[in-house]
Amino acid sequence: MEVYDGEFITELESIAKKARMYSIQMIYEAGSGHPGGSLSCVDILVALYFHIMKHDPKRPDWSDRDRFVLSKGHAAPALYAVLAQSGYFEVDELRSLRKMGSRLQGHPCMTKTPGIEMSTGSLGHGLAAGNGMALAAKLDRKLYRIYVIVGDGEMDVGETWEAAMLASHYKLDNITVYLDRNKLQLDGPTEKIMSLEPLADKWKAFGWHVIEINGHNMKEIIHATNEAKGVKGKPTIIICHTIKGKGVSYMEGSLHFHGKAPDKQEYEQAMKELGG
Amino acid sequence: MAWKMESQRKQYGKALVELGKERGDIVVLDADLSTSTRTADFAAAFPERFFNCGIAEQNMMDTAAGLAASGKTVFVSTFAVFGTGRCYDQIRQSIAYPKLNIKIVASHAGITVGGDGASHQIVEDIALMRVLPNMNVIVPADSPETYKVIKAVAKTKDPVYVRVGRADVPTITDPEAPFDLNQATLMREGKDVTLIGCGIMVAKCLEAAQELSKHGVDARVLNLHTIKPLDEKTIVRAARETGGVVTAEEHSVMMGMGSAVALVLVENFHVPMKRVGIPDVFGESGACDELMEKYGLTVDNIVEAAHDVLKRKK
Ligand SMILES: Cc1ncc(C[n+]2csc(CCOP(=O)(O)OP(=O)(O)O)c2C)c(N)n1
Repeated sequence: MEVYDGEFITELESIAKKARMYSIQMIYEAGSGHPGGSLSCVDILVALYFHIMKHDPKRPDWSDRDRFVLSKGHAAPALYAVLAQSGYFEVDELRSLRKMGSRLQGHPCMTKTPGIEMSTGSLGHGLAAGNGMALAAKLDRKLYRIYVIVGDGEMDVGETWEAAMLASHYKLDNITVYLDRNKLQLDGPTEKIMSLEPLADKWKAFGWHVIEINGHNMKEIIHATNEAKGVKGKPTIIICHTIKGKGVSYMEGSLHFHGKAPDKQEYEQAMKELGG
Repeated sequence: MAWKMESQRKQYGKALVELGKERGDIVVLDADLSTSTRTADFAAAFPERFFNCGIAEQNMMDTAAGLAASGKTVFVSTFAVFGTGRCYDQIRQSIAYPKLNIKIVASHAGITVGGDGASHQIVEDIALMRVLPNMNVIVPADSPETYKVIKAVAKTKDPVYVRVGRADVPTITDPEAPFDLNQATLMREGKDVTLIGCGIMVAKCLEAAQELSKHGVDARVLNLHTIKPLDEKTIVRAARETGGVVTAEEHSVMMGMGSAVALVLVENFHVPMKRVGIPDVFGESGACDELMEKYGLTVDNIVEAAHDVLKRKK
């Protein structure tokens, strides 16, 4: 197991805090968007873009870069924040989210935004698209890896399981999936809308290597990813136990902030909590 | 014009709850959007007859088929983009082909979805649904009409697609007026040109007619809420009596309502015609008004189209 000095982890955490702040600012200024699911996957995104992935913000089309797909496309604000922080575009541009003429669409659009690898928003497509990238890497004998974040609501989607079969059938050990297990979807708790458990057993039965971690802990995210890189002959899914709305007290575990922008007072409170 | 702005979805929820009280055979399915589509109102009143299928629209459509094949009248709801293209084969094979008693009531259609962007703004659902044999296609103009449409389709046994929007829309119809599903509604008498609208564009047609009257043009306005089966008689009569037609829809001009009207006129009675609608492109994020402007869905666009048609009239 690699050892990371405390300072390095603290730095990632402070980047994540900032990304949370940007996410909420963007959604507030846009007047609409999905704060809950953005905040639950911020830490994974930061770990990916600031440590795990091989990528170059100055060359978004560098052929050997690692690929990332945000299958739960409604968490776009978090991804845009992290892309801006990485240097794909100016942080100032974040203000244009959802506005007419903006490169930052309500849901990720690969033809408009530098750094976006796949257009998503209709749930359940991202894993299969990631598989396609993984197959291409194998065909081209490339060493780049594919990372995908899926929502737990996406476990309802049949195509998720079709893709799960394909990935293990073709032994796609170059794809790593992070399941944002925040236990809420749009209409309510996942176990009430469409029960998913035992979820780890399901993925194991589909031929995947399964790891379970706290999805807000940088060290755990990085360690699990390193473990995944070492797994040969099968794909890995990291079930990240997370909290929807993580980082803003009144959004944590709240269904209300799945797809609603904060009002002025709520916004100010969030900024206070995130140190903005 | 000073119309009241009201939600179509709210009326859908209300009509469903009333139907649930009146009839035990009504069941409702949704795909993790019940709070948005307002089927949640039915779910609260009749939890045993509501089934949330999760984010699994294909599964939902086939489940609806099984329920309908067992004698239920099934209302299925989600956003229009997920309730049509997403599960097209399921609708084709298990709903339209066996002609089952299923009403797909889809909300958040068109570009007035706004900020969510193109992934959520379906501009081709009318086209997809109207080419399916056995499928009926209805686009209510406002909130009272949505209520009437839901009550009316519940009485039929056929597959129906009902398209409503996200945004509040101007109330232009009288809640007390009788409603005939099979007949286009005459909204304004006129003899110089006919403006045919559906959904939110009917209100725009009325405004355009008023604008045109300032230029001495007397425009007739039809509310073509039912796109299939099409009220060909009323369309042809309007063409014959006014000599020119403009259609207006919040949908791609490719194979939407305007195209349906055009085909009727080509085969029955030639008049100059112009289709106002979204060009053959995907939408984008933006405010409703900005999007309506950019994609050519304003009162001015209709007025301009009418002038163009009038110029070509002999
Ligand atoms: C195919 C499809 N159906 C419905 C929706 C509407 N929708 C947007 S987010 C969401 C819930 C997603 O839940 P989850 O994947 O758990 O995301 P999170 O809770 O992490 O935000 C739904 C149903 C959609 N985007 N795509």
